[in-house]
Amino acid sequence: MNDNAPVPPVSRPGSATSGSGGSPTHVRLKVGGMTCEHCPTKVEAALGRLQGVKSAHVNLTDAIAHVSYDPARVKVIDVVQEIRRAGFQAGTATVRVPIRDMHCSSCVVRIELALQLTPGVLAARASSLTNAVDVDYVPERTDFRAIKAAIESIGYRVAEAAVREGDEGVLDPEDAARQSEYRLLMRKFWLAAAVSLPVMALSYPDYIPGLREWMPMGSETRRLVWALLGVVSLPVLIWSGSQFFVGFWDGLKHRSANMHTLIAIGISAAFLYSVVAVTAPGLFPKASLAEVFWDVTDVVVALVVLGLALEIKAKGRTSEAIKKLIGLQAKTARVLRDGREVDIPVEEVLVDEVLVVRPGDKIAVDGAVIEGVSAVDESMITGESMPVDKQVGDEVIGATLNKTGSFKFRATKVGKDTALANIIRMVKDAQGSKAPIQRVVDTVSGYFVPLVMILGVLAFMAWYLFGPEPRFVYATIVLVTTLIIACPCALGLATPTSLTVGIGKGAEHGILIRSGDALQSAEKLQAVIVDKTGTITRGEPALTDVVVSKGFTESDVLKLAASLERGSEHPLGEAIVKGAQAKGLTLVDTQGFAAIPGLGVSGDVDRHAVLLGNAKLMRDRGIAIDALERDWARLASEGKTPMYVAVDGKPAGLVAVADTVKPDSARAIAVLNSLGLEVVMLTGDNERTAKAIARQVGIERVLAEVLPDDKAHEVQKLQLEGKTVGMVGDGINDAPALAQADVGFAIGTGTDVAIEASDVTLIKGSLMGVVTGIEISRATMRNVRQNLVGAFGYNVAGIPVAMGFLYPLIGLLLSPLVAAAAMAFSSVTVVSNANRLRFFQPKRIAP
Amino acid sequence: MTPDRWMVLAGGFALIGLIVWFFWLKRSRGVQASGTSGGYQEAMILVKGGYTPDTIIVQAGKPVRLNFRREETASCSDKVVFADFQKSADLPTGETVAVELLPKESGEYGFACPMGMFRGRLIVE
Repeated sequence: MNDNAPVPPVSRPGSATSGSGGSPTHVRLKVGGMTCEHCPTKVEAALGRLQGVKSAHVNLTDAIAHVSYDPARVKVIDVVQEIRRAGFQAGTATVRVPIRDMHCSSCVVRIELALQLTPGVLAARASSLTNAVDVDYVPERTDFRAIKAAIESIGYRVAEAAVREGDEGVLDPEDAARQSEYRLLMRKFWLAAAVSLPVMALSYPDYIPGLREWMPMGSETRRLVWALLGVVSLPVLIWSGSQFFVGFWDGLKHRSANMHTLIAIGISAAFLYSVVAVTAPGLFPKASLAEVFWDVTDVVVALVVLGLALEIKAKGRTSEAIKKLIGLQAKTARVLRDGREVDIPVEEVLVDEVLVVRPGDKIAVDGAVIEGVSAVDESMITGESMPVDKQVGDEVIGATLNKTGSFKFRATKVGKDTALANIIRMVKDAQGSKAPIQRVVDTVSGYFVPLVMILGVLAFMAWYLFGPEPRFVYATIVLVTTLIIACPCALGLATPTSLTVGIGKGAEHGILIRSGDALQSAEKLQAVIVDKTGTITRGEPALTDVVVSKGFTESDVLKLAASLERGSEHPLGEAIVKGAQAKGLTLVDTQGFAAIPGLGVSGDVDRHAVLLGNAKLMRDRGIAIDALERDWARLASEGKTPMYVAVDGKPAGLVAVADTVKPDSARAIAVLNSLGLEVVMLTGDNERTAKAIARQVGIERVLAEVLPDDKAHEVQKLQLEGKTVGMVGDGINDAPALAQADVGFAIGTGTDVAIEASDVTLIKGSLMGVVTGIEISRATMRNVRQNLVGAFGYNVAGIPVAMGFLYPLIGLLLSPLVAAAAMAFSSVTVVSNANRLRFFQPKRIAP
Repeated sequence: MTPDRWMVLAGGFALIGLIVWFFWLKRSRGVQASGTSGGYQEAMILVKGGYTPDTIIVQAGKPVRLNFRREETASCSDKVVFADFQKSADLPTGETVAVELLPKESGEYGFACPMGMFRGRLIVE
C-alpha cells in the first residue's frame, strides 16, 4: 500500500519550461481524497497562497482542480506538492519506459535529469539494472510522446516495447524467497537427520547388545566414541541450528524473546552438558552422571527445522487467493501509438492512451469505450456470469475478457489505480489486519517466552532440590524439555493464518472483507437491514404486466405503447420499450409526440391516436376507464406502476412497470433466516410498494418511507434493541447507514468496487454475497477458535508434563526428543488447520 | 540442605529475577522522529531480529512516515502490522518500505509482525 509512496521530486532551478514571462498556463489536475463539502475550498485556499498561481478553481463533482499559473514563477510540481501538503492526493501516474543502451551510471543521471526538466514530469528513477526508467507524471500535462522525446533529445533511444514471452512461469519475489528458504531448511534438516541416527544409537550403548560389551560404561572407548559423536554433532548445532542462535541473539539485543530463544537455550544446554561429560567426567560425582545428550541436540534441531520448513510450505498455500487475483492481470496491451498498433507490456500503458481490443483478448486496463461494440465477460471481476454489452461511452474493466466484437477504448486507470489492483491491495491489507481476538493473544505472547524460561528454571530447581538421583541429570533434562516443548509460534500463527485464508476465500467468491475486525463482527450479526432499491430489486423498472380491453390484443397494445414511448426519455417509458423489444415486437415511428407533464404522453402511431398515462389524463380526454379500474387497483396493490393506454379514444388496456426483484433475492433471504438472522427491509418507497416486494421475498419487517438521511438512524434504533446489525446497501447513498451498522455491506459496481468505505464489499450485485460473507466469517472464526484452543491447550498441557508434574503421580517424564516432535508439529497442525478453510464451499441452501 | 542445594536455590531465584528485569522491567527510551520539509515526521527502522529502533516518539496531528528496511528472511518479519491504525505493509527483504500514518491522539501504539515475535512502539506525544 505504501510501496508506491511518491518519491520527493528533485527541485529544478532553471526549468526548461519556456519562461514566456507572464502568459498564464492552464492545468487540470485530478484531486483525490476530497470527501467533504468544504474540501474544494481548502484546496483552493492552499493553491491561492502559492506564489505564481493566478487562479485556482476546484470542482467537487469531478474532483478536478483547474489552475492557471505563471510558468516562470511556479511549476506543476509545486502545485501538486501544495495539494498534497493540504492533505489531498494530486493525480499522478507512473510509467516504466524501457531504454536501450543505458550502461553507465552517468546515463542514469542524465536521463533522470532530462525527464525532470520535462514539464509535467514529477520524478524519474532510472535503473541500469532493469534498463528502464520509472516516470511519475501528471497525465494532464504530458504524455508518452513527450517523455519519449525528452529521452531521445539527449541521445538515448526508447527500446521497442518488447513483449516478454514466457513470463508466466516466473515466480514473484515473495514466492522465490519462500522457495529458497524452504530448500535451505530442508538441507539443514537432512544433515541433522543423517547425523541423528548413528548418534542416537551410539549414545545409548547400554541398551544395545554388542555395543554394551564393546564400549562399557567408564571405558576409554566409550569416551572416545562419545567425543567423536560430539564432533559430528557440531555442524548440526552451528549450521542446521544457526537460525536459532541468530534469532536468540537478535532477540536479546531487543530485549525480546521468541521461539528461537527457547530452542537455542535448550539445545546449547544439552550440548554443553555433553561436552563437560566427555572432557571432564571427573567433575561428576558418579560415572553414571557423565552421560552425553548429543542426540537431544541433533534430533531437536532436525525436528524443529523440519517443522519450520513444513510451516513455510503450508503458509505459502494460504495466500493462494491473492496469487489467483494477480494471475488475472493482463500481461500485454495493444495500444495505438503514432497511428500504429503496438503490443506493449501492460505496465507501460499510459492514462489517456487508446487501446485496441479484438475478440478473445483480455482487456488490459480500465477505460471507456470510444469506438465499436462488443460483449465482455466480466465474471472474473464482478461475478456476473452473463457477458455485458459494451458500446461507446461504457466503462470497461481491466482483466476482463472481450468476447464477440472489436473495439477501441481510452485508458482511464492504469497500473496501481485499476480496479483489479485496488482489489488486490484491499485483500492484502485485510489479510494483514488483525481481528480483535488477536489482541488477547498478543498480550499473552508478550509474556509467554520469558514465563516459560522462568518455569524452566523453577523446574530445574525443584528437580535438583527434591528429585531422584541422579538429580543433576534429571534437572537438566527437565529444563531442556520444558524450554523445547513450549511453542509460542502456534499461538502466534493461530489467528493470522486463518484470517489470510478466510479473507482470500472471500475474495474468490467476490466478497471483499476489509479487515479482520469486519470478519469477526460479521460472525456475530443478529439482524440484517437490507436496502430495497438496487439490493433486493434490480433498481430499475421493467415491464411486468399488460392488461387488455375487449377487442385488443396484448401485442397490439404493447407495440403501440412502446412505439409511443420510444420518443420519451422517462425511465418508465424505457422500461416499456425494453419490455416490448424483449418480446420481439418491431416498433414503429411516432408522429406528433407530446409529453403532458404530470399526466402522460400522446402521439400518432401507425395512424392511430395513442394516449398513455394516468387516470386524470384519461378523464381529461373523456375516455371511459371504469372497466380497467379494478385491474389498475390490483396492480397498484402489488407495488407496480400501472398506466392506462387509450387508442383512438377507446380504452385499450393497461401496461404496468415495476422495479423487479433480483432472481436470487428470495433465496438469499430464506438462507439468512435459516442462519438465524432477522432480515429487515429499509426503503424510501411508500408502504404499499414496500410491503408488496417484502411479500415476494419473504421479509416480515419493513421500514418504509424512510428519508435518505434517516437510514442511519433506523440502523441505530435496531442496535438499541440490543442487536448486532448489518446493513446492506449501495456504497454511495447509504454510506452513513453502512458506517453506523456493525458491519456495512456495500454492493459494488464496475470499477469503483474497492473505493467506497464499507466493511464488506460485494462485487457481485447479489444478496447471496451477504450469505456467503457471513458463512465465511463464521467458518473462519470457528477455525481461529479451533487454532487458539489447540495452541493454548497444547502449551497449557504440554509445559506441566515437560516440567515433570506427572512424574510423582504416574512416573511419566517426557523425553526432550518427544517434546521436540510435539513442538514442531503443533505449529504445522495450526497452519494445516487454517488451510482446511481453502476447501470452504458456501452452502447454497434452497428455501 | 546441602551446600550445592543452597547454591542452586539462590542461583535459580537470581536467574528468575534477571529474566524478569531483562525482558519486562527495562524499557528503551525511544528515538524522536525527525521532521522533513514536506511536513512529515520520518524515521528509519531496521528489521533484523527485531525493530531497531523499536520505540519511535512522534507528535500528534502530524503525518508520520516510517521507513522499514528488512535485512533478514525470517518468516514472521515479512510484514509489519499497525493494528491500531488498521494498516499493514509487506516488507520484502532488502527493500525500504514506507508506512504512512496520521496519529491524531497521543498515546502508545504498538506495531508488530503478524505473529508478534517482533514488537515496537510508537509513542505519540
